[in-house]
Amino acid sequence: MQSPFRRGSYAGAIALPSPGLPNSRSARRLPPLTPCRENVNGDVVHGASIFAPAGAPADAIQTLSLFVLAITGIIFVIVGGLMVYCLVRYRRRSDDDGREPPQVYGSNPVELAWTVVPIIIVFVLTTTAIRSTYEIQAAPPPPDSLQVRVVGHQWWWEFQYPALGVITANELHIPVSDPAHPTPTYLTLESADVAHSFWVPRLAGKTDVIPNRRNIMWLAPAQSGTYVGQCAEFCGTQHAKMLLRVVVHPADDFARWVQAQRQPAARNPGAEAGRQVFEATACVSCHAVRGTGASGTFGPDLTHLMSRETIGAGAAQNDLANLRDWVEDPNRLKPGVLMPAMQLTQPQLDQVVSYLASLR
Amino acid sequence: MSEDSDTSDTWTLPARGRAGMVGLIFTETSFFAIFVVAYLYYVGKSTSGPTPAAVLHTPILASIVLLSSSWTIVLAMRALRADATGRFARWWLVTFLLGGTFLVLTAREWARLIGHDGLTIATNLFGTTFYTLVGLHALHVTVGLTLIALVFVLTLRGYVDVRHAERTEMLSWYWHFVDGVWVIVFLTVYVVGR
Amino acid sequence: MGVLDRTVPAAEPVAEAPSLVTRLHGWVVTVDHKRLGIMYIVSGILFLLVAGSMATTIRLQLVVPNNHLVPPQVFNRLMTMHGTTMIFLVAIPILFGFGNYLIPLMLGARDLAFPRLNAFGFWLFLFGALLLYFSYLAGDGLSGAGSAPDVGWFAYAPLTERPFSRGSSTDYWILGIALAGIGTTATAVNLLATAASMRCRGMTLGRMPLFVWLMLTSSAQLLIALPPLTAAQVMLLLDRFLGAHFFDTQAGGSAVLWQHFFWLFGHPEVYVLVLPAFGIASEIIPVFSRKPIFGYPVMVAASVGIGLISISVWAHHMFAVGMSPAANSFFIASSFMVAVPTGIKIFNWLATMWGGKIRFTTPMLFCIAFLFQFLCAGLTGVMLAVAPFNWQLTDSYFVVAHFHYVIVGAIVFNIFAGIYYWFPKMTGRMMSERLGRWHFWLMVIGFNLTFGPQHIAGMLGMPRRIYTYEAGRGWEIWNQLSTLGALFQAAAILVFAWNAIVSLRRGAVAGNDPWDAWTLEWSTTSPPPEYNFATLPEVRSRRPLWDLKHPDDPDGPYE
Repeated sequence: MQSPFRRGSYAGAIALPSPGLPNSRSARRLPPLTPCRENVNGDVVHGASIFAPAGAPADAIQTLSLFVLAITGIIFVIVGGLMVYCLVRYRRRSDDDGREPPQVYGSNPVELAWTVVPIIIVFVLTTTAIRSTYEIQAAPPPPDSLQVRVVGHQWWWEFQYPALGVITANELHIPVSDPAHPTPTYLTLESADVAHSFWVPRLAGKTDVIPNRRNIMWLAPAQSGTYVGQCAEFCGTQHAKMLLRVVVHPADDFARWVQAQRQPAARNPGAEAGRQVFEATACVSCHAVRGTGASGTFGPDLTHLMSRETIGAGAAQNDLANLRDWVEDPNRLKPGVLMPAMQLTQPQLDQVVSYLASLR
Repeated sequence: MSEDSDTSDTWTLPARGRAGMVGLIFTETSFFAIFVVAYLYYVGKSTSGPTPAAVLHTPILASIVLLSSSWTIVLAMRALRADATGRFARWWLVTFLLGGTFLVLTAREWARLIGHDGLTIATNLFGTTFYTLVGLHALHVTVGLTLIALVFVLTLRGYVDVRHAERTEMLSWYWHFVDGVWVIVFLTVYVVGR
Repeated sequence: MGVLDRTVPAAEPVAEAPSLVTRLHGWVVTVDHKRLGIMYIVSGILFLLVAGSMATTIRLQLVVPNNHLVPPQVFNRLMTMHGTTMIFLVAIPILFGFGNYLIPLMLGARDLAFPRLNAFGFWLFLFGALLLYFSYLAGDGLSGAGSAPDVGWFAYAPLTERPFSRGSSTDYWILGIALAGIGTTATAVNLLATAASMRCRGMTLGRMPLFVWLMLTSSAQLLIALPPLTAAQVMLLLDRFLGAHFFDTQAGGSAVLWQHFFWLFGHPEVYVLVLPAFGIASEIIPVFSRKPIFGYPVMVAASVGIGLISISVWAHHMFAVGMSPAANSFFIASSFMVAVPTGIKIFNWLATMWGGKIRFTTPMLFCIAFLFQFLCAGLTGVMLAVAPFNWQLTDSYFVVAHFHYVIVGAIVFNIFAGIYYWFPKMTGRMMSERLGRWHFWLMVIGFNLTFGPQHIAGMLGMPRRIYTYEAGRGWEIWNQLSTLGALFQAAAILVFAWNAIVSLRRGAVAGNDPWDAWTLEWSTTSPPPEYNFATLPEVRSRRPLWDLKHPDDPDGPYE
């Protein structure tokens, strides 16, 4: 698979604001460019318009798209206008004499003209499109790019940072990339089951996530913030709730995040009872909590569960009430999900939830 | 209206049966092509199990048998067009026997592959694509033989003569197609794919 | 000359009205292309009502975020069955039904080349359709999981393999569609053989009506394009039942191979659908502009060119799969290539109307809307051919909008035009113009309101095939407009159904040639007798009835 990263200047590079770590307590506001809503921490989650790019390659795609829209828009106006004119000018009048109009069978010069002009337009669009395809897909990655291994599951996202020893789920944290000195993130995409598609519209076009195949894409966001995306290839019952978030950090913030994620699970004596329930029941056959005996890989890694905004890959906000609902019966929040209801008693439920709540 | 030069006394168009059989062969070609593509795509990609080189024996005899049936069916058609129904019936029977022999040889090859070499459709990608492609061809041979047998029975009962030459010819076209497909299958499986 | 006999004797009166059983029996055992054509069309319309109700349910579920009208399992079945039904059980039968009915009449023949094969094809299609719907009852299978298929109409592997698709729902999808497809293949062979072998005297290939040319191109395309789907379905069936590994990614199989095979079928398939629609427009627009089609030879060449080139564009549905830049570039180029002859056709239709005397009858209204809507569809198609732009737009509501502009805006609108135009020929009665106008305006408003806003929802990041979405993404208003449009469309279809039923009984008597048209089907009675023509016609030009009506100024020398 060819390396797609392109070093150098970017069309439409956006100047960096530098608002700091999105998950911190101070509630900064990033200027909303698109419809957005606040999450529970008071931060702003941006909408997902493809015309509000926040970095490469989405901005290159936007430039190309506007060019194509302009050409097709002009064609629409001209041809549509001619149609409207024709319908008005050549409608049968009420005082029509009933004779047939001149019978015209064709015209070589006219037909030649309207063959040649479209061919020229097509030629221009084709060459532009091909050039842009190569620019985005076929450039070598710089040696210092961050490597993330993305694994798509039914219906959640796994993110592994092999060089950093970090494994998370559903939220992809990456550093911001200064267009002048790019530090892109290089994603390999694999699937554990069926075909999915990784799409975060404000950052890049989508790339499919297909079993028995490794695809490659790259992100170089120029603006920090949280960008929402979701799976874009029908993958079964809960395809609709396979959301993902890309959290873009300024460089030092990102290093701090990595450090925090590398720590094993927080040991909270008050949650000991819950940890024992967790490890004694079947939870550990699917979930991993680093630093404990739990090392299941079928479901998301829970070591730093509480650092995430949502649970169930965007199915609900990550708060205690939802967490409780989820553990009791995930089907309530995400019907058809593969995690079964764990048949815990109420005391056990309380204990497990307080244990999970301790996994910061 | 005055005379028109383009509607002469003869307005000849192709026979319906020919047009129909060409259409059928056309679409069947597209069908087989996909299985050939799948076979070639998966060559060498099996992760385990027997390989073509290890277990396949080139079916020379079967190929000779099947392809010569194309020749015998031509002889049969020549006889029918000459209204020599006796000669037609004999060459027609030979065609049937040759085709039947091909199927028997294929069955023996499969029995050996399954029983002795442990290759089934579920064993690996080679098994999957081999049995599908060769089996699909064998299915078409079987359909052809069934129709040939039907015509043979009708001939024995005296219902077939030169008036049915055109229709019988269409069946022979189908048979030639099936033999042609064998050439492709042979090259794909026993030459390129090995 | 004068062999075209326009004074066909009226049908002989029968001694007594046949009983209902006798009449039904006549339809069941018929091999008459006209009856089979009508049966195809009526079946298609019934399935249109079914799949349309599914669409309305889908739109009601999506009208607000986090809606609970239907659970995700039901939604996924709805969207799968909606797409599968519309493509295979609505568009194909209606368009091939028109071909069935019209081709012998337009060519001056008495029936198709193989009447019994024709009947076989219809009943096989109907059987396949009912088998697909039987899945609602029996899709449970032995493991008690499943109902109707829920894997999307393109059924990507490995979602359709046993581990991910339990129960028998996928098997019903395979078998129902495969059988219906064989029936359609039989019809395609039949149409081609008819055009090859049964044209009346003087009807050279260059004098066939454009509708026939387009149906033939469509049929030839079907012969090439349907086998890849059937083959892939056979492979999937072997995977599911005999443990084969064609698409079994655990054993080295390829999920992308399914996509290649599917789209090798799927893209030409949409041209199989749109070409007959073009054919309908190419018959109607000239008649109601009172001019011949502009540039017949180039129209033929463009149609055949579209048919050929469209076989090379399939992977533009797969730009996001991760093919190499070289492969992507090939499909960019081929997709743009097919845009040229398609655009040319729009200009030819425009030039046909130009300088004419346009009559805004209901069929013509639908054709005019088709022209505008197809222009939109073609231009959004151009956008989708630009691979990097496609990486944002594919699998989003933008694509949903694009293909509905083609399938509804172009194809269904032309189907309605064709029904209003040929209903008089088929039944002997005119449909109501007043109800037709209501149908038209409700449909135009509803259709554009439903699918116009979906372009925007897609560009705002809304993926397709989702049963719900969260609030605050900016998608709400576009979904609300879209659902409102669906209600207008539902009203339009009801008006249409009412019009058809009422006109059957009480429509004005049509006569042979109510529209003052020029092709052979208008030279015989409405409805035609079973043998079509008292004497087989002989033609001298592309517009035999023009020659008859204007003996001093025939078409021949000008063509």
